[in-house]
Amino acid sequence: MHYLFEPGLLSSGPVRTALIVGTVVAITSGVIGVFTVLRGQSFAGHSLADVATTGGAGAFLVGINQFWGFLAAGIAAAALMEAIGVQRRRGRDVATGVVLGAALGAAALFLYLGTLHTATTGASFTVLFGSIFVVSPDTVPALAASGVIALLVTAVLSRTLLLTSVSPDLARARGVNVRLVGIAYLGALAVSVSLAAVAIGAVLSTALLIGPSATALRVTKSPARAMAVSALTGLAVTWLGIVLAYDSYYWPPRGHGWPVSFFVVVLVLAAYLLSYARPRRRLAPRSPHEEEGCEPVSALVAPEV
Amino acid sequence: MHDVTEKPARDAVRQADLLQLDGVGVRLGGRQVLSDVTFSLGKGDFAGIIGPNGAGKTTLLRVILGLIEPSGGRVLLDGETLHHKNKGSIGYVPQKLVIDPDMPLRARDVVSLGLDGHRLGFAFPSRQRRELVERALCDVGAAGYADARVGELSGGEQQRVLIAHALISRPRLLLLDEPLANLDLRSEQEIVAVLGKLAREQEISVLLSAHDMNPLLGVMDRIVYVANGHAAAGPADEVVTSDGLTRLYGHRVDVIRVHGRVLVVAGEPSSFDVKG
Repeated sequence: MHYLFEPGLLSSGPVRTALIVGTVVAITSGVIGVFTVLRGQSFAGHSLADVATTGGAGAFLVGINQFWGFLAAGIAAAALMEAIGVQRRRGRDVATGVVLGAALGAAALFLYLGTLHTATTGASFTVLFGSIFVVSPDTVPALAASGVIALLVTAVLSRTLLLTSVSPDLARARGVNVRLVGIAYLGALAVSVSLAAVAIGAVLSTALLIGPSATALRVTKSPARAMAVSALTGLAVTWLGIVLAYDSYYWPPRGHGWPVSFFVVVLVLAAYLLSYARPRRRLAPRSPHEEEGCEPVSALVAPEV
Repeated sequence: MHDVTEKPARDAVRQADLLQLDGVGVRLGGRQVLSDVTFSLGKGDFAGIIGPNGAGKTTLLRVILGLIEPSGGRVLLDGETLHHKNKGSIGYVPQKLVIDPDMPLRARDVVSLGLDGHRLGFAFPSRQRRELVERALCDVGAAGYADARVGELSGGEQQRVLIAHALISRPRLLLLDEPLANLDLRSEQEIVAVLGKLAREQEISVLLSAHDMNPLLGVMDRIVYVANGHAAAGPADEVVTSDGLTRLYGHRVDVIRVHGRVLVVAGEPSSFDVKG
């Protein structure tokens, strides 16, 4: 791997691009990841990432931008998962495992053929483990727009997603089309995974999706705060990862920077472990249910919404 | 109005009632699960759908919620068939939450979702919203753990939060699916008391399913006893009799009353089927 840019962090074009892309990816993954964990769909996120790898490898083979490969394969995988109901039923894990194995096998073939064709090995590494420093500035608008669309979809669905995670039956009784909400959310998740794949690679994209949100869920009590903490944690690990990767250019082996993905994933793990250091407050023993500060029920009948 | 033939232990459909089921039948997967279910519920009535496991209690609730289309008969709310608008006056309490203990969703968040959790877009916090949430939590005696994660609450506490969730949209009919299942005796009594108070003081009609009628005997205005695909409805004293239930079950059943508690026992000693 050759990261060729001069000393001077912020004056470097690739670093600036990396910071912008990192920001988009961190916020998108952080917010969408909270719902992924709330809905118990971490495995769906990981499956999307595996299939996205195939798309990225295919895009490399035919010579188009890998993001579009990640995105196309991710959306296709989301549709397939919805069709066979992976996220609804347990016990489909064997079928899922076989399909994911085949997807990664196809990725291996595409990468091998692509390498023969172009005589570079860097692309395999970029698809699998990402390289945020080689993102072309031309793709930044497309990446940012995809992130904004995924976030908007999630924001519009946020209440129905929360209600469904409390009880799908309850959501159905309230007239929510639980299936449609699930499909739209899976689409947003596929976009988010594709973005993370650009930044830290398809194989590692789940780390940025699940890590910051899992950390946030441990230290917050309300969904809104969890989203804020998750996005900020994502931003912190991504930015710090980029800076450390830049600095590592001067570490041994001298002249060869370490991959950003490595730093990001290690920092995600560190943040998650740190969340365990915060002692979980046990709930104070609760008094009987007739609470102080409650008006008598009879006084509460009248108000209008 | 349909011409309702008088049968013993069968509720006559009254015009003024809030909820009316008239000859409702349900087919699921080609199997007739329920037939000819007829009963009605007035304003502020407290009724229990009682019956053995698998008798179709949840199915009946889902029909009233509009989640299952009946194969026959009709369900009327205020004399009208169910449609998008009048469904809003039904509050629903599912059997249990499916949320993990470590999820960041406080009791107050769940109750707040009762206001507009089915809508698209963001919900912005406001004083009015906070007050409505507080009030609903107070109404069910759950104000003491408003800020606790719901997943960490006990079964009885979660039931209260779910009732507050249903209550905040000011329903006229409250449907509860087995709210007493898996509760300890004390929580069971407390939940029944909360529901009885809501029916009495706020004139909300309460319809809940339960496999044991005994905790409800003191508060139930009427009972809908479901067994063998059929239902008998009316005041508990009239419905729960050896003859009535024998006809319903289709085999010999004895109703035994001990110290104000009711036991339903299979007639043949070979097949003991003791209900609560």
